Amino acid sequence: MRLRRKRAKVRAFRKHFSLRPVSDRTVQIRPGDVLLFSTLRDEYVRLPYFLQYYRDLGIAHFLIVDNDSSDGGTEYLARQPDVSLWTTKASYKRSRFGVDWLNWLQSRHGHGHWTLVVDPDEFLVYPFCDTRPIRALTDWLDSSAVKSFGAMLLDMYPKGRLDAVPYRAGQDPMEIAAWFDPGNYMIAKNRLYGNLWIQGGPRARVFFADRPKKAPALNKTPLVRWDRRYAYDSSTHMLLPRGLNLTYDAWGGEKASGILLHAKFLDTFTAKAEEELRRGQHYSGSVEYKAYAAHVRENPELWCKWSEKYINWRQLEILGLMSKGNWA
Amino acid sequence: MSLGIVMLVHTAFGRAEQVARHWAASGCPLVIHVDKSVPRKAHSAFVEALSDLPDLRFARRHRCEWGMWGLVAATQDASEIMLREFPGVRHVYLASGSCLPLRPVQELIDYLAARPTTDFIESATTADVPWTIGGLHEERFTLRFPFSWRKNRYLFDKYVNLQRAIGFRRRIPNGIVPHMGSQWWCLTRQTLSAVLQDPERAVYDRYFSKVWIPDESYFQTLARQYSRQIESRSLTLSKFDYQGKPHIFYEDHLQLLRRSDCFVARKIWPYANRLYEAFLTDQAGAMNRTEPNPGKIDRIFAKAVERRVRGRPGLLMQSRFPVEGRENRTTCAPYSVFEGFADLFENFEPWLARVTGMRVHGHLFAPGRAEFADGQTVMAGALSDSAALRDYNKRAFLTSLIWNTRGERQSFQIGPDDEIEHVEWDIAKDPNAQISVISGAWAVPLFQSNANFADLRSAAARLQHIEAEHLKVLRSQWARARVRIWTMAEFVESPMEPLQSILDEIGHSNPKGLAEVPRMADLSGFGQFLQNLKNQGMHPYLMGDFRAESGVHEPPGRRGRPYLVR
Repeated sequence: MRLRRKRAKVRAFRKHFSLRPVSDRTVQIRPGDVLLFSTLRDEYVRLPYFLQYYRDLGIAHFLIVDNDSSDGGTEYLARQPDVSLWTTKASYKRSRFGVDWLNWLQSRHGHGHWTLVVDPDEFLVYPFCDTRPIRALTDWLDSSAVKSFGAMLLDMYPKGRLDAVPYRAGQDPMEIAAWFDPGNYMIAKNRLYGNLWIQGGPRARVFFADRPKKAPALNKTPLVRWDRRYAYDSSTHMLLPRGLNLTYDAWGGEKASGILLHAKFLDTFTAKAEEELRRGQHYSGSVEYKAYAAHVRENPELWCKWSEKYINWRQLEILGLMSKGNWA
Repeated sequence: MSLGIVMLVHTAFGRAEQVARHWAASGCPLVIHVDKSVPRKAHSAFVEALSDLPDLRFARRHRCEWGMWGLVAATQDASEIMLREFPGVRHVYLASGSCLPLRPVQELIDYLAARPTTDFIESATTADVPWTIGGLHEERFTLRFPFSWRKNRYLFDKYVNLQRAIGFRRRIPNGIVPHMGSQWWCLTRQTLSAVLQDPERAVYDRYFSKVWIPDESYFQTLARQYSRQIESRSLTLSKFDYQGKPHIFYEDHLQLLRRSDCFVARKIWPYANRLYEAFLTDQAGAMNRTEPNPGKIDRIFAKAVERRVRGRPGLLMQSRFPVEGRENRTTCAPYSVFEGFADLFENFEPWLARVTGMRVHGHLFAPGRAEFADGQTVMAGALSDSAALRDYNKRAFLTSLIWNTRGERQSFQIGPDDEIEHVEWDIAKDPNAQISVISGAWAVPLFQSNANFADLRSAAARLQHIEAEHLKVLRSQWARARVRIWTMAEFVESPMEPLQSILDEIGHSNPKGLAEVPRMADLSGFGQFLQNLKNQGMHPYLMGDFRAESGVHEPPGRRGRPYLVR
């Protein structure tokens, strides 16, 4: 395990040479700031709301790797006062889906900070997020001597065809993709890494009903009090050292946890699926995108009669998708 | 200035300053102690900021570490200054920098003035309190604790084990009885000075300096020696969770705190601006002379701890995934499993749904698909009927189904053809499961089918083998489900009593008895069918004894009218 961790660090070092800083504002970072790390490609339309959402939560600084965008997002990000931006033309796949780049940036700038690693279509929801800033959560985690906070991916989708309502920049994507699967998740424990392997949701139900093993993983540990020795291993689903993956209680109790609302299924998705399929830069031979492209052409509806409409975090907590733990 | 405040500060100086000014504005003299581990720069800035307050003193700095003596020493020094410099003070209130007065200070002063000889200090004997950290209870007072629990856990544990091993016990000086309680107290001058000027104080100090967490026991014990009147409660609202760290108050607690009518609350998150704004601006004297009533806050925090320690039974989720044996039930609600009933009765499922109001599924673990009630392809929680998804994690399938349908009892059928191999034990061990079995009823569909007898014979042999193994599981000593097993012969003999007892247990049944009974399959010739199987060398035994003559076990439904059980 130590070797795996070292290997991840070495990879991060090797891959960092491909990163070219566009606007480095990291001098603005103050001790105690909560930092957000992200990697993206051609997500301009999503960026205004994404930045707004996390600024409202109290993220102090954004550190973003732009993987060769061509839609104007690069320039937009470079103009933001609280964003530090790097670009690269290197292969997303060969940087292990961006993990190497972010591992590097995190060890450079995230040491001693709470760091949040999310994609531009992921929106963190944690207990009391409507009344307490993220700093309240991280302070509480600090006082509980907890170093990592788990948040499961929850796939959001619209009612009706995926491409029925176009998404406008700056709009809350949850206005369109307001629905989710409330209770069809399958959990197994990964004995090697100690993390839970969660699958299920609409993607398993619709795209992978006949081969559930291939269904995408939904477990994530996005919020970590980073130390320069830490590393994400191959994806944000697993962390090293392994103790950071123990974001669940094994003795019957519940630890506090959150949800990443995953607004992937907007009208932009159909085009994205086709393009990603062509690029072949995604996990395990882009099997996911192959499945999407096949289905999306014929019947792009994920909604079913038992889908639940998103209201707020309390709803998710009552449904048992996340937990307050002992935070009150 | 009958009330003096001793304030312990180690962080969030801006807030501490705000609170200090609030106290001072009501004429309370203050003595502030700043932790020695605070950098000098921060300390002097803080002192500078408060230099305009006349009735404010700073105490000699001690290093205050949780669970160690420093906190008590700091309190002693500061209290001495308070008693010496401000002779008008009658009550001394111990507070911290993250305490926040919830009611106008004048109300607190009046409250204390009305009780001039009362000491407010939570103080209970060790045997009677549930707060224990690190499994140490009485041993706090009988062992020595020179090492920090937070910083030197290894040495701490080793030293405790060593003392236990050699049977070391400290003598408690002068036969005092150790008491414990919240470290935030309010003592009268008389009691406090008696504690601080005790001729034996050196002895007590030496003893308590090696007690673990002395700040929760030093004053609590010694006040008992001198106080004329002890109210064993703290005026500071301060709640601790199961790890012994204080619960923190945020902006959304504003209304709760308002309604608690407590004088002071701890601990406030330093960035909770609205709380500080709301409580530190002088409220236009809503002088309510009510007693503090923190009951609602107590309940909320108690629930939070319960959630963390015990969780929600029957829920598997990203932050609750118990190891085997610690689930506190596999599922969250009772459900019923029927085996063989749907084979024996022609309209069992609709009948059961009508009589009980349960949701009655078919064979949830059928090989082809999960047969949800009413032929649905997706069930509550967006659970898919895909056999592949279900078989990928059958246990998740079952727990999700029961969890998703909380409030509505579920029931489903199981037969020997179903794929239950990975979930069989989970159901058998689940106290929420009510399992009713008519053994051998799988023979009825065979009997009614139009297949070749050789095929029937091999199918019967296979199903009987599977069911026999399954019954072993249900009868094993580890099975904790409510299991009832009848052979088919027994059941056919008097079908109504077993049905009635099952329905009684489900609790939905009509007190007048069953108004309607399910229709039993036509069994004329069944005995002969079994005899034929026997003649072919296969021995059907799970259904019990059916005689080969026809007409002996004619089902009651064929008599032309349903019969009622009164």
